[in-house]
Amino acid sequence: MLEITPLHYSLLSAALFMIGVIGVLVRRNVIIIFMSIELILNAVNINLIALSDQLQDLAGQVFVVFVIAVAAAEAAVGLGIIIAFYRNKETVNIDEIQIMRW
Amino acid sequence: MAEAIVFWTLAVLILGLGIAVISARSAVHSVLFLVVNFLLVAVLYVTLNAEFVAVIQVLVYAGGIVVLYLFVVMLVNLKKAPERYADPRRVPWTGTLLAGAVLAEVIAIGVYSTVSSDGAAATGGGLGADTPFSDCGSLVSCNTEQLGWVLYTSYLIPFELASMLLLVAMIGAIVLAKRHL
Amino acid sequence: MESIWLIPLLPGIGAAINGLVGIRFFGKRLAGVLASFMMGWALWLSLVAFWELLGDEDRFHQVTVASWIPPIPLDTVDGIGSFSVDWSFTLDPLSAMMLLIVTGIGFLIHIYSIGYIEHEPRGGVARFFCYLNLFCFFMLTLVLGSNFLVMFVGWEGVGLCSYLLIGYWYQKKSASDAGKKAFIVNRIGDWGFVLGVFLVFFTFGTLDFRAVAEAASHMPVETAAVGFGVISAICLFLFIGATGKSAQIPLYVWLPDAMEGPTPVSALIHAATMVTAGVYMVCRNAVLFTHAPMVMEVVAIVGVLTALVAATIGLVQTDIKRVLAYSTVSQLGYMFLATGVGAFGAAAFHLMTHAFFKALLFLGSGSVIHGMNEEQDMRRMGGLRQYMPVTALTMAIGAVAIAGIPPFSGFFSKDEILFRTYLHHGVFVPDKVLWGLGVVTAMLTAFYMFRLINMTFFGAYRGPAWGHGAEDHGHDEDGHGHAWHGPHESPRWMTIPLVVLAVGAMLAGFVGVPIAFEAVWPWTATIEHFLHPSFVAEGAHAAEEAHHMSLLGELGLMAFSVLIALGGIWFAYRNYVERPEAAERLAESLAGPHRVLTNKYYVDELYDATVVRGTMGSAGGLWTVDRQVVDGAVNGTGWTTIAASWVSHVLDKYVVDGLVNLTAWLCGEASYAFRRAQTGLIQNYAFVTLLGVFAFVTWFLVAR
Repeated sequence: MLEITPLHYSLLSAALFMIGVIGVLVRRNVIIIFMSIELILNAVNINLIALSDQLQDLAGQVFVVFVIAVAAAEAAVGLGIIIAFYRNKETVNIDEIQIMRW
Repeated sequence: MAEAIVFWTLAVLILGLGIAVISARSAVHSVLFLVVNFLLVAVLYVTLNAEFVAVIQVLVYAGGIVVLYLFVVMLVNLKKAPERYADPRRVPWTGTLLAGAVLAEVIAIGVYSTVSSDGAAATGGGLGADTPFSDCGSLVSCNTEQLGWVLYTSYLIPFELASMLLLVAMIGAIVLAKRHL
Repeated sequence: MESIWLIPLLPGIGAAINGLVGIRFFGKRLAGVLASFMMGWALWLSLVAFWELLGDEDRFHQVTVASWIPPIPLDTVDGIGSFSVDWSFTLDPLSAMMLLIVTGIGFLIHIYSIGYIEHEPRGGVARFFCYLNLFCFFMLTLVLGSNFLVMFVGWEGVGLCSYLLIGYWYQKKSASDAGKKAFIVNRIGDWGFVLGVFLVFFTFGTLDFRAVAEAASHMPVETAAVGFGVISAICLFLFIGATGKSAQIPLYVWLPDAMEGPTPVSALIHAATMVTAGVYMVCRNAVLFTHAPMVMEVVAIVGVLTALVAATIGLVQTDIKRVLAYSTVSQLGYMFLATGVGAFGAAAFHLMTHAFFKALLFLGSGSVIHGMNEEQDMRRMGGLRQYMPVTALTMAIGAVAIAGIPPFSGFFSKDEILFRTYLHHGVFVPDKVLWGLGVVTAMLTAFYMFRLINMTFFGAYRGPAWGHGAEDHGHDEDGHGHAWHGPHESPRWMTIPLVVLAVGAMLAGFVGVPIAFEAVWPWTATIEHFLHPSFVAEGAHAAEEAHHMSLLGELGLMAFSVLIALGGIWFAYRNYVERPEAAERLAESLAGPHRVLTNKYYVDELYDATVVRGTMGSAGGLWTVDRQVVDGAVNGTGWTTIAASWVSHVLDKYVVDGLVNLTAWLCGEASYAFRRAQTGLIQNYAFVTLLGVFAFVTWFLVAR
């Protein structure tokens, strides 16, 4: 309990991951769903950093850098899509975005 | 001991803020909780000897991305409550339970594997051991230099590709968001 | 002579031009002049051909223009024969004489028509001349044709033109009805003619007149002793055709009604030419007929009865044209009497003289009608000789000619017929009976002709009054509606043909002066000698039969018939000029016979009651059968089909469609579960992904 092992970080990461997943599954506001996805990415990053420290290997940190870059790109494009969609449909409710099914 | 206190404090705060993010009624509140969450994660990185990543986390996540979210929330000026309509076929609670089950399983795996393979701690000497900054003594003391070295040597091409990815994403966002080109 | 085929063709071309172009574009005068020019040209060619024929030893010339029907194997009495027909034309004395009559009188009547028809509208004039020319085309084809089928073309064609011209004023119901009546009655005769032609081919294997005559001359004469053979049957059928075309009992009823047509038509078609086609046809087949003496007897009886019946009806008719129509029927009966007693030459001679004086009389009556403003009833005429002297004089000449007063043409031809009838020995009929009836007819003829002349030209004027003033000289555009200024002489277009025909009626008889006058007139019986080759088979140059009795007897007969005619004339003069009321008294005293005659022996009524109503009744019966039985069967079939299709429909709807729908329904139900998975909700898809993760992690947990 007092000794902090990499397992603790991993479990923290897993819990945060699942919080993000629950957010994705439960919320209907697309913006909040995107935020939940950021939470998921953060959970992954925590895991990578913790293991990088544990293994004394910089590769984990390098990957985190890349993940942050990808997250930034994802956020930019995804939010652009939300803006464009909102202009046409006047909504950001994911339940009203059903045009995948005809 | 101090390390444990910091960890548990951070862990509780991070998880609590994560729950706050996904349960906040207002999107603005969510964004604000998310900022705090990111900052706490950055603190966590510092405790794990990753100062550069922590700084990046603050700059890019808490600074850039969250500001982007705030702009979007502001632009999407919702006249009606965004989540008022709910499709009857959606399965939120089942999903939550399933997510909890997966989490429980993962915890079980983690605990079990720790117990079974205790003491099999990995040895050090990975990347960074043979960098010009290995005389720093530990990874902690000159983390930024070493990371920079690795990025611009071993990971040069992925790094440049990431920059290209960002450029493409930027152009894509502009194209998507702009009314008329 | 090679170009005789051109003679029919010229009026044909004229008809084509007038019919195709003229009705739309030609003026009245141009249409008439064109048609007359074509006829004049044909007349010139006919004269040339006649002149050349006189110089020809054979007195026979045949021109084949083209092949019509190529050889077809057909059954004949002698096995399979070859049936082939050519467009060939024959010039022999008989056809040459007919040629001159048709083209000559036709030409004069064309000229006359220019004047007569000038009050018609412009297109109507061209139509009239088109029909008239077309008639001449067919009539000349009929006359010149050297086999039965070419003759039949002309035979039917003149029937058609007759129908068209009788119904020329087709707006008038009576005229169109008369046209139809003529056409239908003629068809009955044509039926006999066609059967006769079939039998001719079946018997002789050819349709050429000369070949048929040649073949028939070698067959035995079917006297009463031999019996009724095939030649008799042929002749009887052909004679049925002749009764239709030449208006003999029982098919004469159409000719009086045909007077609804314009008067030049009555003159040309229904007096001078077409109605003589039957006589011509019998003369053309003289060899056949001489081989069937029993049929000859029938022909003679029918001829003399027709002559007598028509003459009696003519006694009481008041319509000037109808008198002439019955006179025509009567004179045609004379011609058949002549053929029936074997005097073909006399028949042809009478045909020719009759053509002259009857055309003259008809054209004269047309002139009277024209001058009297379309008045045809003789009771409303009288004293017209002072208004139309030329017409009166020429018509009087015609009347004298038809009455048989020497030296006018009718005397010679009619006397020849009576003389030959007197000598004839009948098969069934006692001797001299036919002659007696002929003489009675001659007297009646003289009487009704002079009744006509007297009622029209002598006595007091009985017609409508007219305005003496010159108050209205306005001409209407179409020429109708002239203010009538009383009876007047016709224009020159009409009087010149009258004069020419009158000259012909006076002089035509001199080609056939009886042999009895040999002492004073050296050229006796010219026409009989001329025509003789046409009445005998080729090569069979049998000597002409000498018909002789004592000179005194023959002269006595002539004197008797002249006296009879003079008696008729005197009776007419007494009743209609001296004491006009005498005729009415006579009619009153003989009211019964008078009514019968006025109603034409009720023959039209009889035909209407039997033939027409019978036909209509049987047609109605057949119609009922058709509607009840045939239509019933058809409708029954229809209903059966509908019922069967209804059953099929039910099967289709509930069984076949049911199977199809069941398949579709099963597919729909089966797909329902899968369809439910596709909600379109992104979060449900994410849930499924999580499900996969759960499965994977569970497997990881359990497997370890």
